[in-house]
Amino acid sequence: MMDKTHQYDLDQDAALYRPIYQTGRGYYVVGGIFLAVYLFSIYMYYAQIRNGLGVTGMNQPVTWGFYIVNFVFFIGISHAGTLISAILRLSKAEWRRPITRMAEVITAIVLAIGGLHPIIDLGRPDRMMNLLESGRLQSPLLWDVTSITAYFTASTVYLYLPMIPDIARIRDRGGKLTWLYTFMAWGWQGTERQKQVLNRAINILMVMVIPIAISVHTVISYIFSMTLQPGWHSTIFGPYFVAGAIFSGIAALLIVMIIFRKVFHFEDYLKQIHFQYLGTLLLIMSIIWFYFTFSEYLTGIFGGEPHEMNTILYKFSGPFAFFFWGMVLCNFVIPVTILSFRKFKTISGVLIASIAVVIGMWLERFIIVVPSLANPRMELPLGIYIPSLVEWALFAGGLSVFALGFMVFAKFFPLISIWEIEEGRIHGVKEVEERIHSYLPGRELSNL
Amino acid sequence: MPRWAMVIDLDKCTGCGACMAACKMENNVAIVDSKEAQAGRALFWMDMITTYEGEYPTVAAKRMPKPCFQCDNPPCTKVCPVRATYRNNEGLVAQIYHRCIGCRYCMAACPFTTKVFNWYEPQWLEGANKCFNPDVSVRAVGVVEKCSFCAHRLQHVKEVADLEKRPLQDGEYVPACSEICPADAISFGDLENKDSAVYKLSRSYRASRVMEDLGVEPKVYYLSKRVS
Repeated sequence: MMDKTHQYDLDQDAALYRPIYQTGRGYYVVGGIFLAVYLFSIYMYYAQIRNGLGVTGMNQPVTWGFYIVNFVFFIGISHAGTLISAILRLSKAEWRRPITRMAEVITAIVLAIGGLHPIIDLGRPDRMMNLLESGRLQSPLLWDVTSITAYFTASTVYLYLPMIPDIARIRDRGGKLTWLYTFMAWGWQGTERQKQVLNRAINILMVMVIPIAISVHTVISYIFSMTLQPGWHSTIFGPYFVAGAIFSGIAALLIVMIIFRKVFHFEDYLKQIHFQYLGTLLLIMSIIWFYFTFSEYLTGIFGGEPHEMNTILYKFSGPFAFFFWGMVLCNFVIPVTILSFRKFKTISGVLIASIAVVIGMWLERFIIVVPSLANPRMELPLGIYIPSLVEWALFAGGLSVFALGFMVFAKFFPLISIWEIEEGRIHGVKEVEERIHSYLPGRELSNL
Repeated sequence: MPRWAMVIDLDKCTGCGACMAACKMENNVAIVDSKEAQAGRALFWMDMITTYEGEYPTVAAKRMPKPCFQCDNPPCTKVCPVRATYRNNEGLVAQIYHRCIGCRYCMAACPFTTKVFNWYEPQWLEGANKCFNPDVSVRAVGVVEKCSFCAHRLQHVKEVADLEKRPLQDGEYVPACSEICPADAISFGDLENKDSAVYKLSRSYRASRVMEDLGVEPKVYYLSKRVS
């Protein structure tokens, strides 16, 4: 890592600029496929607008389906980013440097996708503005609108600010779209004063963004837990959802990192060690997730309240047994097995674990939303829910937007924070050395 | 505030379904084709729950008409993001169809599954769409609707009583289901009026409410000798 010459050289990190200037044929092929899927989903949504929500698989009593599941899922993924990057920055983890940017991009893109899902789910999207005109702040849905908007604002600013020095670098290199980069760089010259202001702004934001991020998923869980429905009315839903969100977020981040490492040849930046550390974090979250799930179901089963038991049995041995045990396999068995043994904890091992976790967390959201609705307290026939083509198409569309968002971003901005890598080379190494000395007995640092 | 309540005598109820039909006509509730109804999209303001007890050959079918329970502490109004469902001055849980954004949160929050949603543009039988009840607004696609205890009838009798400068009489305001019931199983009235038939019936030893322990205070009582 350490560069002995300490050169301030634009071309030292050439690999990080390359994706912006060079576009291969594969890019257009992959982009075209995702674009096609996206356009198809738009067409399907148009059909839904024309005909009503009847084109979905939802019904009475299963009044929420894929859209709400995906809403919770995507917003959960968004916790990858900002929260992880903020926590790593705050804890001065030096290995964060090549990771933070990608994490923040995930947040911004996925929040936009997730935030749209409740609107897709509306029977009357044309009346969406009623939420502002006659919104009731007493409704958990309004809490959601508020906190997701706050999170989106904070996390896009938090993505943008650390990008300014990089944008200025691209501006200085010249070439394409100089006017855009000139505008977006806000006259960044890299003076000491500018650096001070930027660092201060980032510091304030990273502290602010953590409670906002936690509030977002807590409030999403409140949508469910504020009702009286069996399986939803649970006090641990807030922290359970937040833990799950961070869990799925880390997994998504790992997948994105591994893909871009391969595609853009970032092998020199995203090293084994990064995957090791994030893998350990994923392992911890997996165990925390299991702890929450265990507590949630054990309390339900032990109390044995009939309505609650109906829902639980529906998941354990009823129609949802396949999804439930699949979730346990994906969220606990697979990641813990892979990540506990050094032998399996390779990059491909981490990739498998991460994919399993993302699938498992999607299943978890599905298992939380649908079975409670399918087992109403009234003695009605069991609800059935079979998602329609429209819902699948919009799900695929959401995933495509995620991929497209990343692809577009990669063509305009570096996916790894160049100035932070540089800062690591120039200051980080020395700082860490001094910091470690300050931890040890016998020597005081004057500036601490 | 009056407490309009319904008492349904399950010992009298024959399960004929006249209440459901009367309700559909009275409130311009759309007709859903059988395929959609099978998929769980039937629109009923007054529903009929059938449960079977015992095993062949001693099977007993239990029929239970189910309107909206018009809770005094309704979980659905609490969660509505736009106040499209609320408890009005008469203590009834009302819907504002033209404000509803169709998020279906109230449906998810209702423990009694009484709310229904217009999954498609509503349809009526040929001819039926020419004789709507003019007192009840016709709903559009994408909004939630439910039993209103025929609130339009209350408006009507209140106006009449106001003109005649007298208080409302017990039994003057009755919903369509109660009026039509051939077995006289559905009584309706004000619980605050201690002389009303409904008040007396609600104090019967046979009376119970569905899931009273939830604390949502439903205003529909069921009378049954059989312990439910």
